[in-house]
This record gives sequence, C-alpha cells and structure tokens, in this order.
Amino acid sequence: MLNGYGSTILDGAWLTVILALTSMAVATVLGLLGAAFRLSPIKWLAVLGETYATVVRGIPDLVLILLIFYGGQDMVNRVAPMLGYDDYIDINPFVAGVFTMGFIFGAYLSETFRGAFMAIPKGQAEAGVAYGMSNTKVFFRILVPQMIRFAIPGFTNNWLVLTKATALISVVGLQDMMFKAKSAADATREPFTFYLAVAALYLVLTSVSLLALRYLEKRYSVGTKAAEL
Amino acid sequence: MIFDYNVIWDSLPLYFGGVLVTLKLLLISLFIGLLLAIPLALMRVSKSVFINFPAWLYTYVIRGTPMLVQLFLIYYGLAQFELVRESALWPYFSNASFCACMAFAINTSAYTAEILAGSLKATPHGEIEAAKAMGMSRIKLYRRILLPSAIRRALPQYSNEVIMMLHTTSLASIVTLIDITGAARTVSSQYYLPFEAFITAGAFYLCLTFILVRLFKLAERRWLAYLAPRKH
Repeated sequence: MLNGYGSTILDGAWLTVILALTSMAVATVLGLLGAAFRLSPIKWLAVLGETYATVVRGIPDLVLILLIFYGGQDMVNRVAPMLGYDDYIDINPFVAGVFTMGFIFGAYLSETFRGAFMAIPKGQAEAGVAYGMSNTKVFFRILVPQMIRFAIPGFTNNWLVLTKATALISVVGLQDMMFKAKSAADATREPFTFYLAVAALYLVLTSVSLLALRYLEKRYSVGTKAAEL
Repeated sequence: MIFDYNVIWDSLPLYFGGVLVTLKLLLISLFIGLLLAIPLALMRVSKSVFINFPAWLYTYVIRGTPMLVQLFLIYYGLAQFELVRESALWPYFSNASFCACMAFAINTSAYTAEILAGSLKATPHGEIEAAKAMGMSRIKLYRRILLPSAIRRALPQYSNEVIMMLHTTSLASIVTLIDITGAARTVSSQYYLPFEAFITAGAFYLCLTFILVRLFKLAERRWLAYLAPRKH
C-alpha cells in the first residue's frame, strides 16, 4: 500500500494518537489547575491563572511550539552552565511535544473548566455543606461530577483542535504521521497521494473521537432533560 | 546576558514587514472565506438533502483535517499532477502566497459557514412569519430579514474565528513566507537566538490579538446594541 510507505505512515499515526492522548492528559491537569487558580479568592493566584490563559490563547500554537522547543532548549543550555552542568542538554522531541501541547491546551481547557464550574447552581454546593460534608468531599462528590457534564462539549472541541494541532509538532522533527508523510512525499515525488492519505487518517481520528465523546456526553447527561425548542 | 535586546532592536524592521504580510494574508483569506461561506451556509440550512449534503461534507472534511495538511496538499501536492503543472494557472499554484491564501480561505470558509448556519437556524420564528405575512418572496426574505440579522448575531463567534485565523496565518512561515513567524525564524537562525526571536513574535501576535478583540467589541456595540442587556 502507498508504495510500501503505508506501514511507516501507520506507525506515525500511532505516535500521533499517543502524543495527542498524553498531551490531553497533561492539558487536563493544567486546565483544572488553571481553572482553580482563576476561581480562587486569593488575588495573586487568580491574576496568575488569568495571565496564563490570556497570554497562551493570544499567541499562535506554532510560535509557542517553536518558542518552547527551540527557545526552551536554548534557555536550558544557557542556564545549566550557571548551575555547574556543562554537557549539552538535548530535549527529547516527544517529551517536549507533550509538554508544549499540554501547556497550550491547558490554557484553553482552563477556560472550559472555569465555565463549567460556574454553571453549577450555587445551591448544590450549599446543600452538600448543609449535609455536613467537608470541602473536599463537596468538591469531589458534588461539583466534579456535574462539572464534567458541563465541560464535555468544550472538552470535545479542545480535543479535536489538539488532535489536529499535533501535526505542527512534525515541524520541530517529531516523527509523527505528518513527518513520515513528508519524508515519503520527498522520496517518491508523490506529495498529493501521501498528504491525502494523512488527511484521511486525521479524518478517521476526528470522526471516531466525535462518536466516542457524543456517547460520553449522553452518559453524563443521564437524568437531565434537554430543552425542547 | 540572558536576554539579548540589541539583536531584536536591529531586526524590528523585519518584524514590521512580517506584520504587513500577516495582515495581508489574514484580510485576503477572510474576505474570500466570507464570500464562500455565505452560499455554503445557505446550503447548510436547506431542507433538501441534495443541497445540504455536499455543503455538510465540505465543512466536515475541512474541519476534520489539520490546516497544515490542507496547506501542504495545495502547495506541495498539486505539483504532482502534470495537468496542473502545464496549465495556465501554474504560475499561481507555484506561488507560496497564492497557495497560502487559498488554503486559509478554504479553511475559514468551512468554519464560517457553520457559524453562519447556526446563526441562521437561531433566527426567531416570529421574524420569518412576519416577513411571510408581509408577502415577501424567499429571496427578499433572505436578503432583508434572515441574512442581515444572522450575520450580526454571528459576530461574537466570528470574532473567535478571526483570531483563530490570525494564529493560523503563522503556518505561512512553513511554506517560506516571511510573516511575523517567518521573521522570527529568520532572526532565530541568523543569530541563533531562538528564545528572543520567538518571544518577540509572540508579543507581536498578542498585540494584534488584543487589537482585534477591541475592534470586535466596538463592532458588537455598534451592530448588536439591540441585544445588549438593558442598563436601566
């Protein structure tokens, strides 16, 4: 298939899936932290969270990727000698990719999570407190399960954008399916064929995600009634 | 010295040139994208499957694949076909600016079409009934009632799309154009100062983003004043 490049591209596709999943995990953690910071009554934490969300969302993904990947590498190697470490430090592209994507989409997710927490009626947490639950218990038993339902549409969106944005990591040399397709295209001089194949693979990935997340949304919305127009 | 200001100061003209390229790419692709999006949105709200389905497929495929792949398909991919290479259009298709604009316009047209279609569907039913009661024809109904109000109501979402497009234009640097990101890549490789170069690019994008947000706020105040909550 595809002049024998089919299997290498599928390998790349696997890497894309792994990259997207691990980045999303990092982004979810950062997003929750960001949302907690932004909703925090402590002023400087709120400002910090707000700055993170605004600055990252105001800069293109590609610039952030180049900045963190090349700039970060450069910075690490400028700072390390000052700390008495003289070997050249080479950052692994996969690890750098995961943290870069996680950092970028954490900002977008913090917006989703913040909105979801704010969408929960106040009475819910108050009722929990009235039952004598501790703050942590209220958070995990009452707020989080309901927050998930409100967050799923935004989460779906962010996941789709992230999956597509992983193609950009190929620019800094991670051998995902986009990178493999580029090598194959250069070798065979048939760029259209290979990029079309990659486009089809991405389409499969996004379609499967849409179906899976739609199922999840249905599950978390059990017991609620949609408004009928 | 941790941050080298001098190099950045000296390369500012390069960055300002990049700002112009970025804005040019953004405006051209948004304009063409909007022209394509209006008929697509009208197709998307049609009840006929034969009209609705092609537009659905178009937006689904474009929105389901990465911008980078679309750009590469047009810029590198089309050259694979002799038919394209020997046609009269080849000077255009071998030009990076043309290909970038085309890829961006196609991309934004799909997203904008969905935004407009959503906004058309959300038109209050009474407005349509009133127009019909006045004896308006279908064309007049669309031209006078549906489109003007739908386009206005789409403004907040469209502002997001415009900012996304501003960020998307950074991909033009991958196909050799010297936009803001392209300028940063040039500086980065010439002086080997990636950190300074990309931080500066980020600052430029941040400023442009804030300006766009501000402009859309003003536009909303002008055209969506009737939807704003009452002040008294």
